[in-house]
Amino acid sequence: MVMRKQEILGTGRAAIYAVMALALGSIAAPSWAQRDPAYAAARAAGQIGEKTDGYLGVIAGGADVRKLADDLNIKRRANYTERARAQNATVEEYAFTQGCLLIARTVPGEKYQGPDGSWQTRGNGAPQRDSRCP
Amino acid sequence: MKQGTGAGWPIRRAWGAAVMVLGGAMAQSGCISVNAPDKPIVIELNINIKQEVIYRLAEDVKQNIDANPEIF
Repeated sequence: MVMRKQEILGTGRAAIYAVMALALGSIAAPSWAQRDPAYAAARAAGQIGEKTDGYLGVIAGGADVRKLADDLNIKRRANYTERARAQNATVEEYAFTQGCLLIARTVPGEKYQGPDGSWQTRGNGAPQRDSRCP
Repeated sequence: MKQGTGAGWPIRRAWGAAVMVLGGAMAQSGCISVNAPDKPIVIELNINIKQEVIYRLAEDVKQNIDANPEIF
């Protein structure tokens, strides 16, 4: 009886540890860990960059890179449309705001579009963003 | 005399026509010379987006990245 109780307690504790480890793991994992490897590679290589309008732009690469960007842009548009409606904003307003944040979250070496529309490579400092960006 | 004036008219007419053609050409061009800019023309489509809207949406946009990391 006593042993059984301990056993239950033991498994319970193990479960708690497992949940804690899982929670810690998900917190520690960066958001880009869930990116498609081909997309992550194209970003790192500077073939795909973040545009000011909240969508991805193709700077270099072949049809496969274009397809990758197009596919993600379609998904982004659907996501922006849904969230813009919930926020009583236009899709363009939502997408632009998302673009502000996505450019801010680029890492050194990645490409992003400057306020003048030109492609820039993210350095160690802050990226050049539209003056309206939060 | 008569012959002289007779010969003078077509010349004057020709001058008049030339001036009119020239004037017409100048009027059409509006006398403004247009040079192509050396920099590409950037059409700012997002100019109507107001900063207050962007600030209002900022928090939701942040949550959106965490909720859908696979598309960003």
